[in-house]
Amino acid sequence: MANGFDRQKNILDFTLSSLLRRKWKNLALVFVYTLVVFLLASVMFFSYAIRREASLLLDNAPEATVQRILAGRHSPIPLAYVDRIKDIAGVHAVRGRLWGYYFDPVVGANYTLVVPESGAPEKGTIRVGAGVARARSLLAGDMIEFKTAAGDILELEARAFFSADSELVSSDLVLLSADDFLAISGGTADLVTDIAVGVRNPRELATVAEKIAARLPDTRVILREEILRTYDAVFNWRGGLLVIILAGAMLAFIILAWDKASGLGPEERREIGILKAIGWETSDVLLMKFWEGMTVSLSSFLLGLLLAYFHVFTAGSGLLAPVLKGWSVLLPEFRLVPYIDAAQVAALFFLTVVPYSVATIIPAWRASIVDPDSVMR
Amino acid sequence: MIFHPLILALLVASGLTSFLVLYASVFGAQILRRWDLQSGSEVQLGLERKTYLISTLLAFVFTSELLSLFLFVFTADKLHTFFVGAMCAAGTFNVNGFGYPALLLKTFNFVLAGTWLILNAADIRGYDYPLTKKKYGFLLALTPLILAETFLQTAFFLKMKPDITTSCCGSLFGSSGSSVATDLASLPVPTMKAAFGLSLLLTLAAGLYFMIKSRGGYVFAALSGVNLIVSLLAILSFISIYFYELPSHHCPFCILQKSYGFIGYPIYLAVLGGGICGLGVGLLNPFRKVASLAEVIPPLQRKLALAAVILLLVFAAIVGHRLAVSNLILQ
Amino acid sequence: MLIELRDVRKVFHQGKPNEFTAVQGVNLWIEACRATVIQGPSGSGKTTLLSLVGCMTRPTSGRIEILGREVSSLPERFLTGVRRETFGFIFQHFNLVKGITALENVMLPAYPSGERQAALKKRALDLLDHFGVAAKAQSKVEMLSGGEAQRVTIARALINDPFVIVADEPTAHLDTRLAQEFMETMARLKEQRKTILIASHDPIVCDSPVVDRVVLIRDGRLEGEAG
Repeated sequence: MANGFDRQKNILDFTLSSLLRRKWKNLALVFVYTLVVFLLASVMFFSYAIRREASLLLDNAPEATVQRILAGRHSPIPLAYVDRIKDIAGVHAVRGRLWGYYFDPVVGANYTLVVPESGAPEKGTIRVGAGVARARSLLAGDMIEFKTAAGDILELEARAFFSADSELVSSDLVLLSADDFLAISGGTADLVTDIAVGVRNPRELATVAEKIAARLPDTRVILREEILRTYDAVFNWRGGLLVIILAGAMLAFIILAWDKASGLGPEERREIGILKAIGWETSDVLLMKFWEGMTVSLSSFLLGLLLAYFHVFTAGSGLLAPVLKGWSVLLPEFRLVPYIDAAQVAALFFLTVVPYSVATIIPAWRASIVDPDSVMR
Repeated sequence: MIFHPLILALLVASGLTSFLVLYASVFGAQILRRWDLQSGSEVQLGLERKTYLISTLLAFVFTSELLSLFLFVFTADKLHTFFVGAMCAAGTFNVNGFGYPALLLKTFNFVLAGTWLILNAADIRGYDYPLTKKKYGFLLALTPLILAETFLQTAFFLKMKPDITTSCCGSLFGSSGSSVATDLASLPVPTMKAAFGLSLLLTLAAGLYFMIKSRGGYVFAALSGVNLIVSLLAILSFISIYFYELPSHHCPFCILQKSYGFIGYPIYLAVLGGGICGLGVGLLNPFRKVASLAEVIPPLQRKLALAAVILLLVFAAIVGHRLAVSNLILQ
Repeated sequence: MLIELRDVRKVFHQGKPNEFTAVQGVNLWIEACRATVIQGPSGSGKTTLLSLVGCMTRPTSGRIEILGREVSSLPERFLTGVRRETFGFIFQHFNLVKGITALENVMLPAYPSGERQAALKKRALDLLDHFGVAAKAQSKVEMLSGGEAQRVTIARALINDPFVIVADEPTAHLDTRLAQEFMETMARLKEQRKTILIASHDPIVCDSPVVDRVVLIRDGRLEGEAG
């Protein structure tokens, strides 16, 4: 049998030259192929990057959060509970948190009000996120009016803003002092919104959660990993759903591939007949067809990946963002951190290159069995 | 069901594979009935032309079997975050009754697919299609296995719901518990070490002997098969713990994770690849005397034996290195 | 005997309404280092006979032996291998691949054998040079004149250094001068100990002094030899 490597090289050579000879037909195919890969890859990169950001953020979240539930609704929790949690074995950090939402009728948006653990703004001042600043056209030093629970107007000075880098988290954030928060929310100093609990050994989390629930029957404990799991489920569900919808596009693509490959024009048929007549075997022609398919597939795949990468990580996924993020008034503008892993590339490969290759096997074979004596007749 | 793209990809791949294998089998049945090399009739010519198609389809199918075994484990590993209690692929597979059977069948089919490709390589090098009928007979036997695999894999994924509580590899493969996995994992370490070392040495010796003297093909193949099983058991019972540096962590899947440098992939590739090549030598042995293959099979066998030996040496090197540098000391 | 055909029959579209027997009952031997012509009108089966001899197609029944080796039941892979080594073809319509250069056309038959491109290129250039068309090596085939194209086809037929040159109606589209030139080329090849086999009904070919033997064919059967 033939010396493998040189034979591959020779046939690959001829394949490339023959692809170039039928430039337009092949370019059209590459265009569609790239588009399909681009769409799928964009969806995948976007959902995975967001999910990863979310999980990185959640890394800073407390391992467990204790909320008070009254009549099935979330309600403020007594600060005194902190002491009752502190002495459970395994707990190493407990603190009450103050936060909530505020609806601003001027722009029709919800802000998240948070009193930070340390470094809270001075009373009378706030730090706001970029989304808030944009919505209210704020400059440093401007005043915003908040309506308090008592019905009064509280004016707070927007002294500083959060950087654009943290927009995913801080876009609608307003940091303020505890006194101001209590004034707006109408709460008292002995109640907090929820309690954050840190556990030293993650394996003990479940046990600690059980004990808290036992001691404080009017509470529920939310574990961080449950949040993470829910995120995963939602993102995968949404991402998968989009993939299924795109399946329609993919199907059309496969049909196109089949059609293009089966359509052996008279010129091409003659060429293959000549090759067979001058001494090429069926397997040589099959090899040529294989390289044809591979060249088209790999270049489209890589091009599609590159374009998707730029689309998602540089151009802000203009096409896809609305569908995947859900909708809110204060859409954060942010740069996603590029995150691609082997799993995504593998999945994309199996969803595009593999079906394309299968669709072209039979047409390729049909082309390769042209009889050598066909050019004689 | 979880709509993870990797799952979709695997389902697509296995659906395509099953379909192609069925198509090839129908054709294979035709071959078995009407193949007549001496006849120059159009029917025979048509059959011969079609064997190119079928060979191409099956080359594709079996390559995809190879890739999808690893993708399957890779996916299971990625999915473990969905299930409470799962830390790696071991937990994912345990999520319903189809996981482990699917994995075992996939591995078995992987080995069979590899040997079919070897048989095919010999057949096409003979000038009178010497093994064609046997090849297609083998294919017909393989088809129900591949269909079963698709069924198990699909059922596994369809019945998967996030949030199911499953077991971690610590409990599945750990010292407590009473499943088959635990029993295998708790085989006594010194005995296993000895068995493993012996099996590896014997196989290597048989391989080298075969390469030099071209004799003892069956012995080598048999030893390869035994060595494959012994190696997998060895990974379960003691090799894994040296990687994790934890005497109770026997999981065969955690070594595939990033934190261990993905070392699991080369290990399993070497073990399975070495096994397939060794078995291939034995598979080809009965046909050495066939006229058209007399010049073809011996060099092919030697190449396979060489490949097997190299892969086993790679495996031995990885394991040996790990045993030497590991911080684990067993009494 | 270089090539032997015994009781060879070729049927197309077997079992269908348009079933058609191209040749039957053919017993033929081809001697080495001689020039043989198969003469007959169009539709007589000469082209089919040429395809059978040149291992381009398998007989429906009968045996074909080349250098004592039976080839009628070889798998296509091996048949093509035999064909590549033994035969070089010259077609009626030149059948050069359009859109690539003359040089590439000459190299094509040797691609599957896995020869190093550099060595192959040199051999091809030498051949083109031998036939006086080296200057046109890098021209696309559409740019060649009739005579140049003919010489490129002959060069291509020789790239694998075959024993036998097979030509199917080589002079059908050539003027008298080019046809005579062609036969002179065949004479030179015969001197180089090649075997020549031509299917033709052109008198310039059949009556040429180069030709050692003329076999007559009509309606798919051999009818003896011309004097």
